[in-house]
Formats: sequence, C-alpha cells, structure tokens
Amino acid sequence: MKGRIHSIESFGTVDGPGVRLVVFVKGCPMRCLYCHNPDTWTMDGAEEAEPEDIIRQFLSAEGFYRNGGITVSGGEPLLQMEFLTELFSLAKAHGIHTCIDTCGITFRPDDACYMKKLDALLELTDLILLDIKHIDPEEHEKLCGQPNRPILAFARYLSDRKLPVWIRHVVVPGITQNEHWLYETGRFIGTLNNVKALDVLPYHDMGKVKYEKLGMDYALKDTKPLSKAEAAAARKVILKGICASKLEQGKP
Amino acid sequence: MRNEWRTFNGGVWEREINVRDFIQKNYTPYDGNEEFLAGPTQNTKDLWDQVMELSRQEREAGGVLDMDTKIISTITSHGPGYLNKEKETIVGFQTDKPFKRSLQPYGGIRMAEKACADNGYQVDPQVSEFFTIHRKTHNAGVFDAYTPEMRACRSSHIITGLPDAYGRGRIIGDYRRIALYGVDRLIEDKEEQKATTRTIMYSDVIREREELSEQIRALKELKKLGEIYGYDISKPATDVKEAIQWTYFGYLAAVKEQNGAAMSLGRTSTFIDIYAERDLAEGRYTEEQIQEFVDHFIMKLRLVKFARTPEYNALFSGDPTWVTESIGGVGIDGRHMVTKMSFRYLHTLENLGTAPEPNLTVLWSTRLPMNFKRFCAKTSIMSSSIQYENDDLMRVTHGDDYAIACCVSSMRVGKEMQFFGARANLAKCLLYAINGGVDEISKKQVGPKYRPITSEYLDYDEVMDAYKDMMKWLARVYVNALNIIHFMHDKYCYERLQMALHDKKVTRWFATGIAGLSVVADSLSAIKYAKVKAIRDENGIAVDYEVEGDFPKYGNNDDRVDSIAAELVHTFMSYVKSNHTYRGGIPTTSILTITSNVVYGKNTGSTPDGRKGGEPFAPGANPMHHRDSHGAVASLASVAKLPFRDAQDGISNTFSIIPDALGKDNQVFMGDLDVEIAGFNADCCTGGACDGATLFEGLDRE
Repeated sequence: MKGRIHSIESFGTVDGPGVRLVVFVKGCPMRCLYCHNPDTWTMDGAEEAEPEDIIRQFLSAEGFYRNGGITVSGGEPLLQMEFLTELFSLAKAHGIHTCIDTCGITFRPDDACYMKKLDALLELTDLILLDIKHIDPEEHEKLCGQPNRPILAFARYLSDRKLPVWIRHVVVPGITQNEHWLYETGRFIGTLNNVKALDVLPYHDMGKVKYEKLGMDYALKDTKPLSKAEAAAARKVILKGICASKLEQGKP
Repeated sequence: MRNEWRTFNGGVWEREINVRDFIQKNYTPYDGNEEFLAGPTQNTKDLWDQVMELSRQEREAGGVLDMDTKIISTITSHGPGYLNKEKETIVGFQTDKPFKRSLQPYGGIRMAEKACADNGYQVDPQVSEFFTIHRKTHNAGVFDAYTPEMRACRSSHIITGLPDAYGRGRIIGDYRRIALYGVDRLIEDKEEQKATTRTIMYSDVIREREELSEQIRALKELKKLGEIYGYDISKPATDVKEAIQWTYFGYLAAVKEQNGAAMSLGRTSTFIDIYAERDLAEGRYTEEQIQEFVDHFIMKLRLVKFARTPEYNALFSGDPTWVTESIGGVGIDGRHMVTKMSFRYLHTLENLGTAPEPNLTVLWSTRLPMNFKRFCAKTSIMSSSIQYENDDLMRVTHGDDYAIACCVSSMRVGKEMQFFGARANLAKCLLYAINGGVDEISKKQVGPKYRPITSEYLDYDEVMDAYKDMMKWLARVYVNALNIIHFMHDKYCYERLQMALHDKKVTRWFATGIAGLSVVADSLSAIKYAKVKAIRDENGIAVDYEVEGDFPKYGNNDDRVDSIAAELVHTFMSYVKSNHTYRGGIPTTSILTITSNVVYGKNTGSTPDGRKGGEPFAPGANPMHHRDSHGAVASLASVAKLPFRDAQDGISNTFSIIPDALGKDNQVFMGDLDVEIAGFNADCCTGGACDGATLFEGLDRE
C-alpha cells in the first residue's frame, strides 16, 4: 500500500536514537500555532511512496544507520496506519529499529476496528516519540484546535502496553512557558511507566518562512524564540513534577 | 645491541632499515583517556606569544615578513635560527631566523623571481643570471620538451595546476629513520646500495648511481645541519627529545631544499611514543616535559613557510604547506596503533590553540579505542582542525605503516612515493566532445578535430561516444605531459634528501586527477533523462545549453546518475592506464579539487547540466551546490559509490554541517530518564542543587 508523503530526510539526527531515515507523511488534524511544518497539514501535493522503495533507500545506505533506524514523522503518521504497518513489517524483517513521531490525536479506544489496526502497528514499533502539546484541555484546544483527551489517553494506553516512549514538549513563551503547566505536565508524565527520555524543545520561529511562502498568517509572529537555557530551566520544572508524582506513588 | 637501543625489543629492524618492524615490536597501545595530558609550560606560552606577535607583523606587512633574495637554500645554507634559544627545546628554522622565507630557484627561476617581486623583493641579479644562463631549472627543462598540443591544453585550462613551474611535493621521507638509526648507518646502507647496482651502464643504471650519490651527499649535509644547531645526529637518538629533534632535522632539511606543493611529515607519533614510554619508565622526563617537546615540535611545523606567488595562493585558497601527520590507525595484526603520543599531538591544538598546519590526520577505524574516539570528537568540536581518513579502506592496500601526503594521498612511508599530477578538467572535455575539439571560450582548435555534435537536442549515445574519444585523447596528452614533468623534476630538482630516506627499490605512484566530476555526471544525466538543447553561436560552436524537464542529480543516492559518475571514473582511469608512464609509475587518480574548483569553473563555459559559464565546480567529488536535496546520508551515499579501486589516490567530499543538525544538545536533552530522576530525587531530598541535567549515558553512546 502506498503512503502519501511530504519528503524523506536521509540524515535525521533529532527524531529518535542514532542517525535515522525520517519519512515525513502528509496530513494532520492538528493546527498547532507553532507548527513548523504547515506544508504537511493537507494531502495536497502528496507524493506517493511504496514501502519497498523506502526500505530500499534505507538499505542502500545502511552503513550510516548502524545505530539508528527509520522514523515516520509528519504530519500525523497515525492517519496512515496501514501504510506504516506494511513499512514496519518490512523493516522488522530486516532488523531495522522503528519509531513513530506522533501526538496520538487520532486515538479512538472505543473503535474496535481502529484498535485492531493500531495494535498491529504497535507490535512492529520499537519507540514512540509522543508530543504532549499542552496539559490543560482548554489551553490545548486554543493552541492546537483539538482536545487533548485522546492524546493523554493514548499516552496511558502506551504505558499500559509498556511500549517505550520519549516525551516531547515544546516550550513556547506565553503559552507553555508557565511554571504551573510545566509542573502539571511533569505530574502527568510521572504516572506513566514507559517513559525513557524527556525532550524539552525550545520554541523556534524557523517555520515562519514556510507560512509566508504558503501565504498563511503566522499566529506567533510576535513571539520570541526560547533560549536553550530557558528550555533547560523548563525541563527542570517538569522533572520536579515527575519526581513529585513518583513520590506520591511511592516509587521513585 | 647498541646502547641507544637498550630495553627495546629486537627484531629484523636491527639488521636492516625497517622502522615498521621496530614500531610493531615496541609500541604500547593506549586505551585510556586524556586525563594524563599536561598543559603548556610557561616557556611554551612565551614562545607562542612571540609567534603570534610575529604573525601579526607578517599580516600587517601584507603576508610576508622577510625573504631571502641572495642565498640559495640548501640543507646547510643558513646558520642557526631561533625564536628564543633559551626556551626552545626543539630547534631549527628554514633560514637564519623565523618567518624569513628561503630562496629556492631549482623548480623555476621565474617563479622564484615572481614570488619575490609580488611581495616587494627582488632576487639578486647574479642569482637570476646564474639560473637563466648557467644552470637550467625544472621549469626550463619542461618547456623545452612540451609539445604545442600540451601547451595549448595548458593555456586553455583543460589540464590545470601542472607542477611544471613549482615543486611537485607529495614525497614523504621516512624521517624516523634518522632517529632510530642515526645518519651514519643510513649512509652505510646507501653506500651498500650503490655498490650493488647493476653493472652494465644502461641509462637507468646510470641515473640510479647518480641519484644514490646525491642521496649520500644529502645525508652528509644533514649531519652538518645537526652540527649547525649543536647536535651530533650521526648516531641514533637516545631519548624522546632527541628522537623528535632528529626526526625534525630530517623534515627541516627537506623543506630547506624543496618548496613542494605538499610537504608532508609522515606517521611519527606512535614511533616517538616508544621513546617517551621508555623515558617515563626510566624517570628521565616527566609528562610535562614530553608535552613541551611535542608542543615545540608542532610549533616548528606550524612555522614552515615558502615563497609563493599570489596566483599560487589563489589556486590553493591560502598559503598551505600540507605538513600532514597521520595519527592512529590499526595494525595488520589487529592491535590499534593509538598511543599516548597520539593524544599528545592532538592536544597541541589546545595547548597552542587551533591551526590548520600541521594537518593532523586521524586514520580512523571503527576499531579505534572508544576513549580516543571521544577525545578526537571533543578536540574536533573545540578546534575544527582534525582531518579524518578511512584506515579500514586504505589498510587493505597500504598496510599499517602508510601516511598521507597532502590531503588524501596514501603511501607506505619510505617504500612508496608519488609523482603528483594535478588534474584534467573532465567538464571541459565534455564540451570539447560536443564542439569537436574547439575551446568554448577561446574558440581555438585545442583538441583533435573530431566530428562535432550538430543536432539541436543532444542525444545521449552520440554524446557518450564522442566523449569517450575525447577523454581518450585528453588522457594521452595529460599523461605524457606528466611524463615530461617528472623526468625534468628528477633531473633538475631532485628530492635527494627525501629519497635518501627511502628504500632502494621504490614504488612510484603516478598520480592523475579529475576535476568537474559532478558537473559531467549531471550533464550526462540531463542529456539522458531530460531534454538538453544546445545554443550555438554564428560559427556553430555550442556556447550554452537549455535544459527542459527534470533529471536525476548526483548526490541523492539515485543509481541512475550515480552509476554515470562511477562509470566515468572507471572509464577515464582505464584511458589513463593505457598510456606509458615515466619510471614505471603505477597510475592512480584522485577526485579532490578541494580548493581549486573555483578556478576550474571560471575557465569552463556553460555545461549541459544548466551550470552557467564561469560558475564554480563543486569541490572534489561533491555534488553540485544545492542539488543534493535528500539530506546528508543520500549525498554521502552517492559519493561512496565512486570506485576507490579506480581512484586510489583519494576521493574527497567537503562537508560542513551546523552543530545542531548533528543531534540534541546534551544540556536540554538526553539520557536515561530513570537514572536522571533518581539523581534528581537524591538532590531534592538532600536540599541539593536540583540540577536535573547531569547524567547522560545510554542513548548517544556512539
């Protein structure tokens, strides 16, 4: 089955462990204000890619990926679960490490058909990079145009499945750079038992150019990029929340 | 065993000149980390301050501080020169003072005159007269023998950078031999070689006997050079300081006589380490002292300077000396060859600050010890001054005692040498094929008058056919021009000291080179997969091209075009090989125009890939700028498909990357969250600093 993709980056170093082939898919229901890939929101202009071709591309440069693997990012990869399942089953046949960079917004635990497909995919997935945009439901809706309930439920589901997860959280001045919300985010993460790493990303405005090119309005045009030091400080607050939560549960 | 060799493990090296055997029997692989290293001494800092001040003066003087215009540089031509005699532990300059450039007219008197004139000096008229009338130079010899065709190719720049007016360089003497054996033993060995030449006087036997006599003479002068600085180097070195000093005298003698395009040092660190280990064990020197010797040695190598013209510097983007030193690697017995001295050499980048020379080159293997890999990475980040080369690839053909000359040319030290051969412009050759040998810029008939391509739209098969014929022609002219050059260099500008530090039987690599590879690959791909229309002038010469449609571009891991590039290298190499080469030289080629790609591009008209006339080529084997659109791995994978067997002299790919693109900053991310939280908790509970981002292990181990 063909995937509908935006592009392929052959030298991905920030989306999972090691050097990775990163497939960016098209299509996303979220409309995060700071999104730096607005060109992946719609299916317009998607390129079609066969899983075999992607695997072939990976294998032709295998030596570079010795400690890496394949990551599917986007866009929202979980909109194309059948494609991912086919891609990952081929990857697993070659012993390739697989990773999905998702926010989990599509999660529908009550839909048996959806869950069957999801489980089949997760069986073949080694790592999830899970993006928690905002811990507060109302703020989340303002930031992303979608509720965060499915996202948090997805996180819980992955925790129950014990599937390794790296949590990512973007710190945006005036939105998520907030002691209270950061701490609460940490407290939520603390209740999960599958989190292997915490990736706190400083907001940057490198996506601005894309908006201009697409003739779209950039909502955060007055927001200043966050410094690394501020991101590190925010990370500490989240860690504090995690610690507090773990202590409450009596398992540091 | 000689007293200087006490405690060393014996072997074949005692009976014959065999440094490799000595190293293998005696070196101590080091798996530890950099903690043992020592910082700079006060003397080192003082000397380096002095160097920085002289550098400032040199810059302000317009690039040259002082030049010799009268004394012709030889091994013994100058009295001793110092920065500060009291503080220097390793001594010796090319002339009688630092920053004074020597006069070396044997490569070509006009080049020497121009180098002086362009910097505001004038060569003594008597010297000029002598080298114009009474003593022929390499340059004069070459031009006596060049054919009109070769001259035409030279001035149209289809062959460029030929070492016909300057020193060819690329020959590495085994300077370590001086330290291990002392000069007397080396003279003895050369005398024996001379006594055992063939006895019927064919011209090659005559040449061999004359060259051996020259080598012996050079070795005798080398001893005198030692005496000038108060050292007796007729005997082996007795400790690490002497081992460095003896080795350096050999190198110094070479750069006093040869202004070569690349004057590389070899592979000395692991050799020197054997002496350092003995001195540490016997308590002769401390780590601080040994690091000081190394710092002073490297400082001297940084101060090697030649008189050169602005055009030369433009071609090479600066004033490079290519004092390449090869570090590390793995032995053929499987032991890695990293020693403490490998660390000390790299540590000079911190002790003295960063610098492009000497060109410290790590022979990289996946099997190097992890601590050394980490240290290399750390030093690279700090200095941006380490070059890495693939030892796993080169060890297969060159063993474990090869070194790099210039940037990528590998050769076994003391056993192999190279005839440096500049490069042929394959992009221009393609234009010649289309235009039937007429130069697209000068409109002169430079190449043979083959039938030109006359169709409006270029046909792949037709162009390929014509291109192969033209490449065959180019390879012939090119190799034969090089035959003349190396004949004359041997005759009029012989590297007597460097060759005295080689075995009697030397393997000679006959190096050629390619420029414009990615331009041609993309051009041929455009012709094959898109439509290319030739725009012709009133005389029917194609001067521009219009590309209609898209085509696969080299640098995207796309076999359709990458295979064209690989095939091109193979084809050109097979044409090179089908020519006679001077002195039994074994043909190799390189794809490494790291700096001169701009100049080559300037002299080449528009090409069928859409590149406009005068625009730079990509450096070396790089894809053309902005045409590799699939990220770094795809770009590297394309380059990696080029056949090393056909380009054993080296393939270079210039690659820069912003640090953030190499992965996460450890300050913000990384780690085993469980370990982190545990550490964090402990701090919280004890009221500690609550620094959560301290422990990073696990995920970014490689």
